[in-house]
Amino acid sequence: MNNFFFGIYPYIALGVGIMGTIARYERDPFTWKSSSSQLLRRKQLVIGSVLFHIGVLVIFLGHFVGLLTPIWVFDAIGVSHGAKQILAVVAGGIAGVIALTGGAMLFHRRWTDPRIRKTSSFWDIAILAMLLMQLVLGIGTIFVSLGHLDGHEMVKFMSWAQGVFTFDGAAASYVSDVSIIFKLHLILGLTIILVFPFTRLVHMISAPVRYLWRPGYQVVRSRRKTAE
Amino acid sequence: MKVRAQIGMVLNLDKCIGCHTCSVTCKNVWTSRDGVEYAWFNNVETKPGTGYPTDWENQARWNGGWQRTKSGKLQPKQGGKWRILANIFANPDLPEIDDYYEPFDFDYDHLKSAPEVEAFPTARPRSKITGERMEKIEKGPNWDEILGGEFSKRSADYNFEGIQKEIYGEYENTFMMYLPRLCEHCLNPACAASCPSGAIYKREEDGIVLIDQEKCRGWRMCVSGCPYKKVYYNWSTGKSEKCTLCYPRIESGNPTVCSETCVGRIRYLGVMLYDADKIEEAANVAETTDLYDAQLGVFLDPNDPSVIEAARRDGVPEDWIKAAKESPIWKMAMDWKVAFPLHPEYRTLPMVWYIPPLSPIQNAAEAGAIGMNGAMPDVRNLRIPLRYLANMLTAGDEAPVATALERMLAMRAYMRSKTVEGVIDEGIAERVGLNGAMIEDMYKIMALADYEDRFVIPTTHREQVEEAYDLRGGCGFTDSNGCSTGMSKGSLFGGSKKPLKMPEEVR
Repeated sequence: MNNFFFGIYPYIALGVGIMGTIARYERDPFTWKSSSSQLLRRKQLVIGSVLFHIGVLVIFLGHFVGLLTPIWVFDAIGVSHGAKQILAVVAGGIAGVIALTGGAMLFHRRWTDPRIRKTSSFWDIAILAMLLMQLVLGIGTIFVSLGHLDGHEMVKFMSWAQGVFTFDGAAASYVSDVSIIFKLHLILGLTIILVFPFTRLVHMISAPVRYLWRPGYQVVRSRRKTAE
Repeated sequence: MKVRAQIGMVLNLDKCIGCHTCSVTCKNVWTSRDGVEYAWFNNVETKPGTGYPTDWENQARWNGGWQRTKSGKLQPKQGGKWRILANIFANPDLPEIDDYYEPFDFDYDHLKSAPEVEAFPTARPRSKITGERMEKIEKGPNWDEILGGEFSKRSADYNFEGIQKEIYGEYENTFMMYLPRLCEHCLNPACAASCPSGAIYKREEDGIVLIDQEKCRGWRMCVSGCPYKKVYYNWSTGKSEKCTLCYPRIESGNPTVCSETCVGRIRYLGVMLYDADKIEEAANVAETTDLYDAQLGVFLDPNDPSVIEAARRDGVPEDWIKAAKESPIWKMAMDWKVAFPLHPEYRTLPMVWYIPPLSPIQNAAEAGAIGMNGAMPDVRNLRIPLRYLANMLTAGDEAPVATALERMLAMRAYMRSKTVEGVIDEGIAERVGLNGAMIEDMYKIMALADYEDRFVIPTTHREQVEEAYDLRGGCGFTDSNGCSTGMSKGSLFGGSKKPLKMPEEVR
């Protein structure tokens, strides 16, 4: 069981997530969008969306750097595991509460506002519910973490995550003895990756940063150039 | 000099009767779909009025268009690139659908399916968004039509700026005109500039501004960026949509649907050559009242041999150069100076222009106190205040609008003299800076307005860029993803592919 969820399921989730995303971008670019509902109802969106996105971005970056940076890098620059964990708990905790507050506002709006509810797809509601649940689980892990602040538990997750990406056959064993709340958090996280291509989450891949270095403001297209 | 061609439009407001045929035919062709029920690529507003969406002209409220910063830089009024990206999670300047109106339909079926009841069955409204019953319709696409509502509301009209407007609330002094509106296909479009995805582009060949539906991610900055509020967010597909200037028709030499069906023959379509290198400078002149003149300076004279040579060098086809020489837009905007851009102060250099309407002489003037200017009444005595028209068309500069109205009055006086009295009075023409031949031409194009004179549209040369063989058996224009063959040149799943040839970005 442990081996399936933490040794095999990650590859299913990543495989479907990556292939599904490529296929959607390639075959159905028209559906690639942020699905904003601000036009229909401004109320609750402005604060909710800003809090949610900022919180989630911080958490996302934190997980990305925290889990996938090789452990020896931290050792080399002299960051102790305990210090890293306290940083993760504090920054992640604050960002988690911000994201959860915003997400709760968005969910309330989506669930109760007739305009938004009627125009929501199944996945619009489901993915928001999954993200909220994930935030609750994530914040819940903090209380477990406070019980062991030396960082050795955290190292298990780093070993596991890096094990998955380096095809380490024993990856699942690194997290076999962690608290159930961590396990649920991991499983749900992998599931979010699994369903990613079928939801509106794909819009995060097209964060329009190129806008900043696009020359000038105007865009002109020509057919004459196509012919050349 | 970088010569480009643009299909421009002029609307002769003097002849608009407010029948909404343009809006309805446009609606039937383009926006009778889910998610854009509320969107009118073309709509007709009664002025004075706050229009659709409400108060759209007031950029202090909506932050549309461009602004010249203190340091003299030109940037979207809603903010530069960093600011726009910072607002991507929630756009503070985005209108809500209630600023347009909540789209609705009526329970028509109830009229025949209702059981026998004492009260006569009625068709009650239902929201097109939620499907739920609406107790009261608070707003529609043309809510202040024919001066509907109180003066206190319609006098919030932005064009009353600098006018003692109270007297126009009196019955005797009231005035009215129609303003049909569509996308301006600007030379300096604020929507395209605001689009973080780069999905909105201006076509080099004909100047039409379009949204690439496969590249649009629904960041909705174009909706707030456009000062005319002519980009609409489709709440069903999550993509923005706008007037396409009926490009499939234009490409084959046909007028847009709104122009084709205009019963008053008020719409004109023709080619304008312009210098793309001058756009930024023209949009960035310091004084807003200079913007009209600055835009005139961007247009290139198609009869100038050096312009023709440069146009050929820049790939403008021969028949487009010929069409530019015969363009009714050029005549009205440049030769006669009777057409003006709508709100040049937004700095977008719009390409749908308007001929201001004449209006009856004020009662007081008729009673003998009339201010005559030679043989003609003084345009300042017309019922519609000159300043009102100037606020709409020249950023408040009254002189060009006065000249245009005088020329239109002169055309009437000259033709009346000619046809009624049989006298050709060159003096009338000279007083307004024209000559008899020009007035005869004005009469032919503006008054008679034959189909061939109104629409001078060269066809697009797609045969030079597309293989007809590849298009054969392809699918036409569809909504959503019906025609898409995907993004890449090859196929992800094997087999050859004949991708739709999209125009490519140029610098």
